This record gives sequence, C-alpha cells and structure tokens, in this order.
Amino acid sequence: MAKKFLSGNEAFAYGIRLARPQVISAYPITPQTIVVEKLSEFVEDGSLKAEFIHVESEHSALSCAMGASSVGARAFTATSSQGLLYMAEGLPYAAGGRFPIVMMNANRSTALPWNIYGDQRDSISQLDSGWIQAYAENAQEALDLALMSFYIAEHKKVSTPFMANLDGFVLTHTYEVADVPSQQQADEFLPAFETENKMSLDTPKNLGFSAGPDTNTYFKYKEHIGILNVKEVVREAEERFEKVFGRHYTGLTESYRTEDADYILITLGSISGLVREVVDKLRNQGRKAGLLRIRYLRPFPNEEIADALKNAKAAAVLEKDISFGNEGTVYTNVNSALQKAGISIPVSDYIGGLGGKNISAEEIEGIFSSIAKEKTVVEFLGIGGEDSGG
Amino acid sequence: MKPFLREKVPSGIDDIPNVTAYEAGYLVTKNSGWRNFRPVIDTQKCVGCLSCYLHCPDGVIFRKDGKVAIDYDFCKGCGICEKICRPGAIVMEAEK
Repeated sequence: MAKKFLSGNEAFAYGIRLARPQVISAYPITPQTIVVEKLSEFVEDGSLKAEFIHVESEHSALSCAMGASSVGARAFTATSSQGLLYMAEGLPYAAGGRFPIVMMNANRSTALPWNIYGDQRDSISQLDSGWIQAYAENAQEALDLALMSFYIAEHKKVSTPFMANLDGFVLTHTYEVADVPSQQQADEFLPAFETENKMSLDTPKNLGFSAGPDTNTYFKYKEHIGILNVKEVVREAEERFEKVFGRHYTGLTESYRTEDADYILITLGSISGLVREVVDKLRNQGRKAGLLRIRYLRPFPNEEIADALKNAKAAAVLEKDISFGNEGTVYTNVNSALQKAGISIPVSDYIGGLGGKNISAEEIEGIFSSIAKEKTVVEFLGIGGEDSGG
Repeated sequence: MKPFLREKVPSGIDDIPNVTAYEAGYLVTKNSGWRNFRPVIDTQKCVGCLSCYLHCPDGVIFRKDGKVAIDYDFCKGCGICEKICRPGAIVMEAEK
C-alpha cells in the first residue's frame, strides 16, 4: 500500500487501474473529465494495458462498453449529468443485456438552467434503468468502490452494470490522503472476468436478441432478481475486501450513532461527513441524534432502513434531488421501506444542495431541530414548503 | 445454410437463459406466414448467375444443381429476387 494525495476522480482512476479493465470508452464532461484523463495517461505510460477508445459521444461510450462486455472484456466508462442523460437509451439496454460494465458518474446538476455543479438529480433520474447505484462519501471509499464494483457487477448471481456515484467537485475535485493498494493485493481480491458468452467460432452465440410478450416478463424478472442478489454479494465482497486490504465497509447503508437515536437524518454521498460532525456536536449537548447513510440506492436497502429507524421517534431525508410534482425520490423510497415494515413515525424531506448550493452545518442542525418537532414536512432548504412563494 | 428451428419453444422461466445470449442459429418460429407473394423459379430460364442469392435480404436462396432454390420457410416474399433476375427466371405468384 502507498499513501497518495488524491482527488476523488484520481482515487477512482487508481482503483480502476488496479482492476485492470481491458476496454475503456469515454467522452469527457465536467466534473468527470479527470478520471478519464488520468486513465488515458495510465494507458499512455503503459501502466494500464487497456484499449482506450475515444468515442464521439456518451451514447457511443456506453454502446462501445456494451460491445466489449458482451463478449467477455472488462469494460469501464464514466460520465456525468447531460452525458448520462445522453447515454440514457443505453442504460436499460446494458442492464437488460446483463453486461457487467462499471461506470463512474460524477453527480452534477441537469439543465436548464445550465449548471456544472453537483447535485444528484442526474443519477437519481435513472434509478429505474436497472443499474446498481452506489454513492461514495470520500476519496478512499471511491477508490475501494472502483475495485469492489467489478467484483459485485461480474458476480455470477448478479451480472448487472454498476454505477458508482461521486458528488461533482465536492468529491471529484477535492484532495485527500488515500491508501492505494498494491497490484498484487488487488489481483488477490479481484478474479478475472469470466463469462460463457466469449467470442467463439466453435460455439457462436446470438447476443442481445428480442423477446416477445410471451417471454419478456421472464427476462425482466431475472434481471430484478440479479440486482436484488447484490444485497448478499455486497456482503461477500466487503468481507473479502477486508481480509485483503483491512478496510471495513458496512453494506448497503452505514449507521452512525443510530442505535439509541431518537432523531435520525438519512442522507447519501459526501454531505454525510458534515452530518456526522453535527451528530457528534448534538450528542455532546445530550441530544440523541443519528445518521443513516445510504451507500446503495439500487438495490434499495429496505430492511436496513427499517431496522435503523425502528426505535426512532422521527426522521428526515436530506437529498440533492427533486422529483418535480411530487417530492424527493429518496424520500419516496424511504417511506415505502417504512410502510412495508409497519413503522409509522413522522418522516420529513429536505431538498438541498441543488446546482451545487452549499449545505451548512447550521442548516443540518436546523434540520435536526425540525425533526425533533415530530411533524412531517417536505421543504426546500433555505426556501421552505410548497406555500413559500414563487 | 438453413436456419435451425428449435423444436422446444420456451414455455416457462426455467427455459429462459439468465442473460440475453443463447446458442446462435436457433429460431423459434418460421416467418413464411408474412408472405403474400411467393417467388417461383423457372429452372429452364435460370442461368445460375447467383445474383438473386447475393441480393436476397433474408439469405433464403441457395444453390441447387447448378441453379437456385428458395427456402419457403423463411422467405418473406419481398420480391427483390424477381426484380434482380435478368433472365426473368423468377416470377412472384400470389399465395393462395
């Protein structure tokens, strides 16, 4: 292992190099650019033996990765925001084809108004595309996720593409010290990608065929079971990861001081670090606050959320996302998890950080004070509810 | 080469592959029912130039005894072969 001072993008690129992908196809877009720039440097200097394919668009980037993955190559791509939306046609295509591609998405706002800064509306808008969705909190987790993503996506029980999300700028462009494992360790952790569908003249395969009304549901059901199996495979991957690298991860969610918490804030991504600090501050004041960080949005951690909230008096979701005309999508999912588990406590939704707007520690403290009122509200941070003007 | 028709048609989830990949060359249905007109070859006029074989979009024309023949299981009756045949050896006849 070697300690390096890396940005989130660079850390992810180091993780990808350790995973030895055979094909990388990508198109640059802020704030993802650096991850593919770094990887192209690795290919250039010979430290990564991969085909780096410069494509003319994100739609082609994913199509290219699908072609490579469908015949047995480990394939990587990366994008963000408008680029992800331009790829959108290919997303369910890759998931339905069960091609275990890994993609890094730098979370960024979507136009209009034009904006290059971070929020999570890009990836969350593609939640139903069939991809595994994970959200990293820091550079180390980003690097580790890059390695684990291939293990999980390529697992025989899963065979599903993996989208690793890093908050644009806040995580992709800020520098931290991260441990970069040795290639030997990485090879010990990550087996080679095996598929029965390798290009073969002796046993040719028909790839990506059609399936009519009589059999289509069967394929979609199997796709659903594949991504549900991630719940079990994540555990397996993280245990294996800990044995090799000594770092511990906690599955689909991470609980922080939730065991005896009365008031829990649920969030995801890089803002979790600040929420953790606020939780500590409130705990020092004798207030029973807790944080539940969602690490995987698909498959959705229904059981983990219900378990963390079962003894709480109230909770709230803080998300950088809005499903216009309804509420934040994470909130909708959390409520469904609680309803299925028969947990009936007030849960509120706070929509913040849109277009890269900073979320302050004071605002998070304010959210905890609001949770303690044990009422259900849906509010935009800094504006208020639907009756707040405009 | 004649496409290989699957005798067993998938009837339940256990017959479905886990990914969208399967042994190549399998077809589960014929598509001869799409045809309103069938190309009929006059072997007296056919010179065996294979122009129809080259132009057939479905690859259902094959060589037979120095001339050509048609796989009616998979011919969709588009009529391109009739248009392309210079000796006029192919005539489209209405299906009854």
